[in-house]
Amino acid sequence: MDFPEGLKYTEDHEWVLVENDIATIGITDFAQDQLGDVVFVELPEVGDTVEVGKTFGVVESVKAVSDVYAPVSGEVVEVNEELPDEPEALNNSPYEAGWMAKIKLTDTAALDGLMDVVAYQEFVAKD
Amino acid sequence: MMSTEGRGLILDEKLLFERSQPGRIGYSIANLDVPAIAPDSSMTRDEIAGFPELSEVDVVRHYTRLSTWNYGVDSGFYPLGSCTMKYNPKVNEAVARFPGFTDIHPQTPEALNQGALELMYNLQRDLCEISGFPAMTLQPAAGAQGELAGMLMIHAWHEAKGQKRHKVIIPDTAHGTNPASSALAGYEVITVASDGILSKEAVAAVMDDDVAALMVTNPNTLGLFEADIREICDLVHERGGLVYSDGANLNAMMGISRPGDLGIDVMHFNLHKTFSTPHGGGGPGSGPVGVAEKLKPFLPVPVVIKNADGYKLEYNCPESIGRLKSFHGHFGILVRAYSYILSMGGDGLKRATELAVLNANYIRARLEGEYDLPNKQRSLHEVVFSEDGLQNECHTLDVAKRLIDYGFHPPTIYFPLVVHGALMIEPTETESKQMIDEFCDALLMIAEEAKTTPELLKQAPVRAKVKRLDEATAARKPVLRWELE
Repeated sequence: MDFPEGLKYTEDHEWVLVENDIATIGITDFAQDQLGDVVFVELPEVGDTVEVGKTFGVVESVKAVSDVYAPVSGEVVEVNEELPDEPEALNNSPYEAGWMAKIKLTDTAALDGLMDVVAYQEFVAKD
Repeated sequence: MMSTEGRGLILDEKLLFERSQPGRIGYSIANLDVPAIAPDSSMTRDEIAGFPELSEVDVVRHYTRLSTWNYGVDSGFYPLGSCTMKYNPKVNEAVARFPGFTDIHPQTPEALNQGALELMYNLQRDLCEISGFPAMTLQPAAGAQGELAGMLMIHAWHEAKGQKRHKVIIPDTAHGTNPASSALAGYEVITVASDGILSKEAVAAVMDDDVAALMVTNPNTLGLFEADIREICDLVHERGGLVYSDGANLNAMMGISRPGDLGIDVMHFNLHKTFSTPHGGGGPGSGPVGVAEKLKPFLPVPVVIKNADGYKLEYNCPESIGRLKSFHGHFGILVRAYSYILSMGGDGLKRATELAVLNANYIRARLEGEYDLPNKQRSLHEVVFSEDGLQNECHTLDVAKRLIDYGFHPPTIYFPLVVHGALMIEPTETESKQMIDEFCDALLMIAEEAKTTPELLKQAPVRAKVKRLDEATAARKPVLRWELE
């Protein structure tokens, strides 16, 4: 299972890549493995405001429908428009082709609550 | 062991379009005995392409063959946890076909409809007695509409008191329809984690003056009784909230304890679960809602009442949330549920509950050594195993598919979400020990196969009409329409 360094992780199994004040977010390799084959993805719209801990999207697999919770707060500036047509990217490439949205951060304090790769791997092992 | 024997006559069947033969017809009509006219060309088509051309026997065989692919409680064991597929006694069907019920119209004047209204009145009364609520509506079309009715009544109650509350607390062991119904009624859902059973502390931590209600499924989706429900109700009431109980699993409590006595304010029934009326494709469902005295003014209209003149539909309820369903709900289903209650009697209903719980616990006892049981509290009507402990990377889906090879409909899988790879089994009271033993034997053999010959699980089903379906591609790239080539 793949746990890239340099990303931040949440307990809900989302990853965050912060570049300047833009956070790219998606779900982790562990999350996609638990979900199974993803068949449907619902993303927010550009211009939407997302709030940390609140639902910003939906991922449906052959097993279940799951909300995806925003790991950061801010404004959606870009979404992966190809993802709804190619939901399998979440399974095949969760950290690259499977990115979900880019958020312009309004509050960087939330980032402090996120885990680094070592902490996240420990968290997954415990879970 | 294999309860489905033979495969030589598993009938295949093409689409009607593929069976079509040009010029073949299945009707004959008399010769024209009036002058022919030529319709205006704007009213005619040059050709009618693509309609199947078939004889009567082609069509009869087509649908009869398709019907042989059905599986239901009349074909065999159907242990879907959370869905309660109990046997539907045929006496219910016989009673529902009495001409006095089938030949009336809902707009027949009340004076000529007294028997039907009396049945509804009596069913309301019986459901009140079973559940401990003073008032009842039979109108909702099924459980989820019952939930919506309940949440709308909760909203109306708060509004009548001049308070606006925005949140509903729902534990993670609730039915999936609970948050959906709350959202539909305009509430924000606050999910609380439970450790199998909801604790007072977990509710207290999120309970505040903006919470309209706690919505709890009891027994919950792990098949566990919410043992602290009474104290939890007190806690919610102290802060001005109400408690909604999803009564879909009432079949584990009926005749033993009454939700209305536990402090619950609103509860829906699923007649198609607890009271043996048809389910799924054989439905429709029916979701009566019982309420505490304080919510009675808000019940949907009409309500069936009895006065000196007989039975009457009462529309004069100024605080009612209004009408939810055309006419009087699914009346035919109400007849079946009433038939079940009368044929079982009070002692029989209690016995049904006891046997449902006994059967689930028997399955638990037989399988617990081989299948992982994450929640050790005492089970009620269903038992939920996880996929942890399955050998050689076999998963719940593989177990479910392999069960088909053994001739059993698989149980509910991957629900509830709080259990990893959930395998949720509900035998109901209607299965014999012999049937349950055969089912347990099959699951134990599958656990053994996972250790020694896991490929049998991975390839399954091999004895079914079709092999393992590619569910991911079917969902990602669905082909929903046949097209003429």
